[in-house]
Amino acid sequence: MAENVTPRVRVPKEAAAGEVITIKTLISHPMESGQRKDKEGNLIPRSIINRFTCTFNGETVIDVAMEPAISTNPYFEFQAKVPESGTFTFTWIDDDGSTYEDTKEIAVA
Amino acid sequence: AGSGLSVMLGGRMALATPTEELIANFTGGAEITGEGLTLTAPEIAENGNTVPVEVDAPGAESIILLATGNPNPDVGVFHFGPLAGAQMASTRIRLAGTQEVVAIAKMSDGSFARAAQEVKVTIGGCGG
Amino acid sequence: GNWSRLAAQQRLSQEDLIGTGGPGNVTLIHITDIHAQTQPIWFREPEINLGVGEARGLVPHVTGVAFRKLYGIEDGSPLDYALTYDDFVALGREYGRMGGLDRIATVLKAIRAERPDALLLDGGDTWQGSLPALRTEGADMVRLFNALGTDAMTSHWEFTLGIDRVNQIVENELDPAFLGANIFDATWDEPAYEPFKMFERGGTAIAVIGQAFPYLPIANPSWMFPDLSFGVRQERMAEVVQEARDAGAEVVVVLSHNGFDVDRKMAAQVPGIDVILTGHTHDALPEPVLVGSTHLIASGSHGKFVSRVDLDVQDGALKGLTHRLIPIFSDVIAPDAEMTALVEETRAPFKDEMAEVLGTTDSLLYRRGNFNGTWDDLICNALISEREADIALSPGFRWGASLMPGQEITREDVFNATAMSYPEAYRSEMTGETLKLILEDVADNLFNPDPYYQQGGDMVRVGGMGYRIDIAQPQGSRVTEMTLLSSGEKIDPSRTYVVAGWASVNEGTEGPAIWDVVESHIRKQGTVSIDPNTSVDVVAG
Ligand SMILES: [Mn+2]
Ligand SMILES: [Mn+2]
Repeated sequence: MAENVTPRVRVPKEAAAGEVITIKTLISHPMESGQRKDKEGNLIPRSIINRFTCTFNGETVIDVAMEPAISTNPYFEFQAKVPESGTFTFTWIDDDGSTYEDTKEIAVA
Repeated sequence: AGSGLSVMLGGRMALATPTEELIANFTGGAEITGEGLTLTAPEIAENGNTVPVEVDAPGAESIILLATGNPNPDVGVFHFGPLAGAQMASTRIRLAGTQEVVAIAKMSDGSFARAAQEVKVTIGGCGG
Repeated sequence: GNWSRLAAQQRLSQEDLIGTGGPGNVTLIHITDIHAQTQPIWFREPEINLGVGEARGLVPHVTGVAFRKLYGIEDGSPLDYALTYDDFVALGREYGRMGGLDRIATVLKAIRAERPDALLLDGGDTWQGSLPALRTEGADMVRLFNALGTDAMTSHWEFTLGIDRVNQIVENELDPAFLGANIFDATWDEPAYEPFKMFERGGTAIAVIGQAFPYLPIANPSWMFPDLSFGVRQERMAEVVQEARDAGAEVVVVLSHNGFDVDRKMAAQVPGIDVILTGHTHDALPEPVLVGSTHLIASGSHGKFVSRVDLDVQDGALKGLTHRLIPIFSDVIAPDAEMTALVEETRAPFKDEMAEVLGTTDSLLYRRGNFNGTWDDLICNALISEREADIALSPGFRWGASLMPGQEITREDVFNATAMSYPEAYRSEMTGETLKLILEDVADNLFNPDPYYQQGGDMVRVGGMGYRIDIAQPQGSRVTEMTLLSSGEKIDPSRTYVVAGWASVNEGTEGPAIWDVVESHIRKQGTVSIDPNTSVDVVAG
């Protein structure tokens, strides 16, 4: 299991109703590709985050299927529509079954 | 992702490159005729282990990203939900060497668009 | 050359060199790529400067007689000496050294006497390239360029001082605005420095946009500025130009360190730029190059030239541009006493150390040119003998002053060709295959037909090995006939060779500093003599 996996997310605190905002996410994770070898020449087993999703009040913004070619500390930047006040939920799913989650509130003035 | 499909299509696509196979899986073999997908990547990668790439296709349902020169060209697939503010996304990818990065977008009308960008991965050094 | 008829120096006057400006309401003064050269120096322009793709045969890829013909420059004239390579030694003895910050100060004062509010813009590569700049981590140059009254600058080698030192300078020591529209933090992809600054001159709003060297993390050690990302970022430039126009800019000037061919492409692709003050590739051109409605200015390097650009801006648009490339003939332009004193103050702590004579050169030592220069040959010889190597590699830097035949070589001279923050002279083993890979990789960074895939700089210099290069071929097929000079045998892809080099971009490189290696070699030689290098066979297509 990957250690010290920490999600970081940048979301504006407020928006106008219907506004499109930019969201940036980063999660510290080695994204072990399964193609590298250790000092003894043995393949290091694959261990990556294979899926990332962002929802707002339960509805999907983006859903990404990820392969080992995504870099260490996966980064995503994308845009979301904000119809009302609510909560963004960010979910990262690890090969090992772990799920990492972060949430951010946004207020519509 | 898509490995099941590639087995299914294996017979038909026997001579295809891994990239062509992945594209065929994504399009179901449909022709790629549309426009409206922009792929942005640096001409020269600052670091082949983390190359910023952005895809942008207004009206797309999903976009597949491929690194054609990697041992496994699969990079990822972006699906846009009803609350996507735009059908665009940026990420950072690994490139095993100088190669063409390719994206295919599936548009909401069922058509497909393609975009590509050559990214150079260099040893570095020297300067003016 | 026809130089024998000249008593040239006597015929030149300071007033003639500086001249007067053209019509207009805005004056720009451009200096770039001084590489910490505060003293008058010799600097031979390149003999070989090949252009590829659409730039083939276009300036700045024109040298020698073709350059003189293109600009109507007379053989043996001051501009012949200043701008072309041939007859360099004879003309140099006639016209003397060029540059010197105190002479530049005199020129600035003369321009400001006429135009007190002229903008002074520095294109970067300012804080690196001399012993005092290395020892003070750029503090001397920061102080001197503050004293010149610099309004804005952009950057390249500045970042090889390390990110902490750069930020310390920018926050505490630097007067000019430190601009870089294309500098982003690598984590969150957000702008890391100011992209542009708006100036108000003669009732006119002038936006100066900075563009740092796009390939810094590749050409120089990225571990020295780990969380920064650069790149050409053409879309970003278009956005910033628009932002500047929206903010009321009547004229948009890009202070660029892209290199000339990259600027030429950017000018064609990004609308709305009136003037690009180019840098990095060290070219000097006596006239602007017009791309669409964008004027490209090339002001040379090492303090040899100052460009004066007068803009006539009316009703929010550029109506006319006058340009003057002012050559800094150090024996003609009087030094400014205040600046002389200030420069001497910055040099004083290192004066004795720098003045020490290490040997003498029989040959002209120069670096500029796409392939081996004699300075690099000397460095490669030093690496091979001092590090006991089969083959030496020396980076294709475009900075470094020349030395005249018969001149004593001082420690200062060696530092002028080597001073930088990652000088370790490594010794390692490489297969023939790896050597080929390196040469092909560097060649493509220089000769890729698309300028956005070029890094500027010149071909890596090679000692102990010859090769043939056909620049028109694609990457992987340019370099052939690699030959070990000591045995005359072809390089074997699978054999291992001992290779010595310096300026590796990899963290943790070990070895003595290159200036110590070169000093030791020169001391043993006493008098150095470098034969013309005929071991690189260039096919220019
Ligand atoms: Mn320079
Ligand atoms: Mn430079």
